[in-house]
Amino acid sequence: MPEPIINIQNATVVYRENIALRGVSLQVAAHKFVGIIGPNGAGKTTLLTVVNGLGKLQSGSVSVLGENINRQSYHQLRKKVGYVAQIERIDARMPMSVREVVMIGRSGLLGLFHKPGKTDWKIVDEALEMVGMSPLANRPIGHLSGGEQQRASIARCLAQEPQIFLLDEPTASLDWKAQTDILELVKQIHDSRQLTTLFVTHDLDALPHTCDRVVLVKDGVIIGDGPPDTLISTQSLSRLYDIPADIIEERHPHIHRRGG
Amino acid sequence: MDLSIFGYHFMQYAILATFLGGIACAMIGVFVVLLHMPFIGVAMSHAAFAGALLGLWLGFDPILGAFVFSLGTAAVIGPLADRGQLSPDTSLGIIFSLMLGIAFLIIGLIPSTRSEALGLLWGSVLTVTVSDIILLAIVAIVVVGLVAVFYKEIQATVFNRQIALAVGLPATVILYVILFMTGATVTVSLNSIGGLLIFSLILNPAAAAYQLTYNMKKMFILAAVFGVVSGWAGLLLSYLFDFPSGATIVITSSIVFMICAVFSPKRNSHRQPKQKALEKI
Repeated sequence: MPEPIINIQNATVVYRENIALRGVSLQVAAHKFVGIIGPNGAGKTTLLTVVNGLGKLQSGSVSVLGENINRQSYHQLRKKVGYVAQIERIDARMPMSVREVVMIGRSGLLGLFHKPGKTDWKIVDEALEMVGMSPLANRPIGHLSGGEQQRASIARCLAQEPQIFLLDEPTASLDWKAQTDILELVKQIHDSRQLTTLFVTHDLDALPHTCDRVVLVKDGVIIGDGPPDTLISTQSLSRLYDIPADIIEERHPHIHRRGG
Repeated sequence: MDLSIFGYHFMQYAILATFLGGIACAMIGVFVVLLHMPFIGVAMSHAAFAGALLGLWLGFDPILGAFVFSLGTAAVIGPLADRGQLSPDTSLGIIFSLMLGIAFLIIGLIPSTRSEALGLLWGSVLTVTVSDIILLAIVAIVVVGLVAVFYKEIQATVFNRQIALAVGLPATVILYVILFMTGATVTVSLNSIGGLLIFSLILNPAAAAYQLTYNMKKMFILAAVFGVVSGWAGLLLSYLFDFPSGATIVITSSIVFMICAVFSPKRNSHRQPKQKALEKI
């Protein structure tokens, strides 16, 4: 395996009495598209947020782009890591336009005391164009649908010009059409910008079929890691979600039996 | 109308105090409204009131006591809100009730200076001193300066703190600075507006501006204008009808809010045909 761009070693994260990650190790090579799946509360979001330093380690270490994440480095590293969080309700009266929200992606890069210039606004407009949101650029951010909000979040990440792309349940609570569109968009961006992408989901149907690799997370540990074709099977999913294999077969007849 | 009253120093000081206090309080109010933490103003103002009373009781400068208590409150609220250990309203509610308890305990212990204590509760803009105005001016300039210099960082932080952190902004520091400036604003406004009423002057102008625009810069400017207009109109009404000044200012700001809420273009603003027009406000 080439030098990993993300290197998580024995990461343990504790939220008060809950252990979210239990000594997890994960290495991701540059330009890979990794899907992370598991049930609700498995530790997927925490695994994602230790990469940008939002998740605080109890023990272990994380290095990103060759640098250890610590109090001194995480502000600089975060500027190179785009993060699409789970959909949150935005106040319908929030006094910000879509374009201004996308500009937040450049705020960290610009640094304190620097106002966005023409080039920054051009980059923002190009990001909006790429996600198909140009016609809604001046609309109040709180007036967007769930799918449009996620497109705006993806545009914010694009404006950040990151090297690593973290997506936390980007298709949760979206209808089937919006889900499909977002998945296609994410893959297109991953390929065209040559990003390293971690894509978290609890929903098997939302797992991009073009993942290079899938990581199965349950109860704060990784219970499976490999190419989707060999890893995703009724047995492995049965173990992951605690659902009998025959029910999985019934609901997802295209998934094969072997593996796990 | 006899306008000779405006030739007196005390009235000129009052006009200046309401101008500076109106701007500082209203701009702080924009944070309070956008961070959905309206209880900040209540908790801070009662903390400042309790601190000032402690100063009166123990014989040191009440403004110093107010400053220490409101900053102490900011120091407690910050981590609680930041870590999400308690809902902000719960922690602020607990601090509010504790500060109110301390304040009334001290009032009970210092019967000889009770009128002075009540003066801090109700405030009196007509008795502000030059040093009050200097403090108000310093805080107003710092608040406006911070908003102007760190606008993009503030905008990102009030939109979503986690996103602001994720793009590499020091959002936690910005939150603490906002809380610190709220404490400072409340403290320097205590003499003119009073501990009980200051919360309204923080919340009402910003909440009124929130009804009228989808642009944060405009919201800051409108809030400041409403804060100053409420202060001056309240002052004039209090002079004309011989009403208590602090109460009149607060009632005026509430009326400004009600007018803005009634005529808000944001009412039913999710209706699609209106979207193009709304993008301009």
